[in-house]
Amino acid sequence: MKLTRKDFLRVLAGSAVAVGAGTLVHAVGSANDRESAEAKNGKKRWGMAIDLQKCREEKGCDLCSRACHRSHNVPRLPDPAHEVKWLWNEPNGKVFPFQQNDYTRHALGETVPVLCNHCTNPACVRVCPTQATWKRGDGVVMMDYHRCIGCRYCMAACPYGSRSFNYVDPRPHLGAPNPDFPPRTAGVVEKCNFCEERLADGKQPACVEACPRNAMVFGDLNDGNSPIRQLLSGRYAVQRQPELGCGPSIFYLV
Amino acid sequence: MGDRPLIYGGLCLFVALVTFPVWKGVAAQSSTKGPEVKAVVDKKQCVAPRAYMREAHMELLVAWRDGKVRRQERHYTARDGTVYNVSLTGTCLTQCHGSKEKFCDSCHEYAGVSAPNCWGCHTSPPAEPAKMAAAAAGEMR
Repeated sequence: MKLTRKDFLRVLAGSAVAVGAGTLVHAVGSANDRESAEAKNGKKRWGMAIDLQKCREEKGCDLCSRACHRSHNVPRLPDPAHEVKWLWNEPNGKVFPFQQNDYTRHALGETVPVLCNHCTNPACVRVCPTQATWKRGDGVVMMDYHRCIGCRYCMAACPYGSRSFNYVDPRPHLGAPNPDFPPRTAGVVEKCNFCEERLADGKQPACVEACPRNAMVFGDLNDGNSPIRQLLSGRYAVQRQPELGCGPSIFYLV
Repeated sequence: MGDRPLIYGGLCLFVALVTFPVWKGVAAQSSTKGPEVKAVVDKKQCVAPRAYMREAHMELLVAWRDGKVRRQERHYTARDGTVYNVSLTGTCLTQCHGSKEKFCDSCHEYAGVSAPNCWGCHTSPPAEPAKMAAAAAGEMR
């Protein structure tokens, strides 16, 4: 049989598509493998589940936010444009902008506690030019204030607005400072660190401890028997804008 | 030969000018001895030998900083086996050297070292936090 030029090109194009598809399938498969391999070799992935029903019942409660800001020396600045925050209550329309309808708005509560999502694929880490922010093996997205040059790329990249810039020296605005945690300086970006300093001592994050209703549950997402996984397998949970592909580690139980 | 007084006078003036720093030092009763830095607690041994700390404390502090923040190395084992908590304020200052003003600054000022920016964030115990709290209380509400 004689192969025409047209047929030859057809076969060539078909082979290219087949090889490309194979590579893609392999890449997706290995990504899944990596996740399960992590779980198998005992690697932790810290995450948090926040029960919005409990938060809704305690309307106006900000004990978690206050405990966080107190223990991390987050300043209270008089100018709202300079505001620095690690954990705060945000109107639900800003937290779940694409899940707004007349019936679910009530279920989500008027305000929702928000913090750094400690994403599995953090946009802030990708854009940081100095590696001042990076993702630790246990899932905590860390900040190295020594290395931060204050370019604020990370703030532009974070879709959740979890980061704050120190426009002014925060130290005169600390109230009663916690001597065990250094405050920051003007010109650096800061955010929630998942209380990594407390995790190192085997403690729970300050916000989790401060909540009188135990609305916040913190734990290892890679451990199938952890309380957070039990909770997530029993109740419906949403993440903030999962379609962006960042993979938030904060889950909201609705 | 009539220029003799002028020449000797000029020489005297020259010698006086050249040795001026010495006379000034004598008049001010200063000495070339460095400042007396003392640990506030009666501890004989720092986390590393004294000679090493004099020369390379900045390198040790940078190693501590990077180790703690980036590699989660929160404890440091000294050569004699003592384990220290890696913390500038909590260990170096609180446990031994007292305050930044009395310890760090006295040497850095004497040696004319431009101040490192540690203190942009880290605090010196215990005077500063109280001062800061007082300042903040005055400013807030």
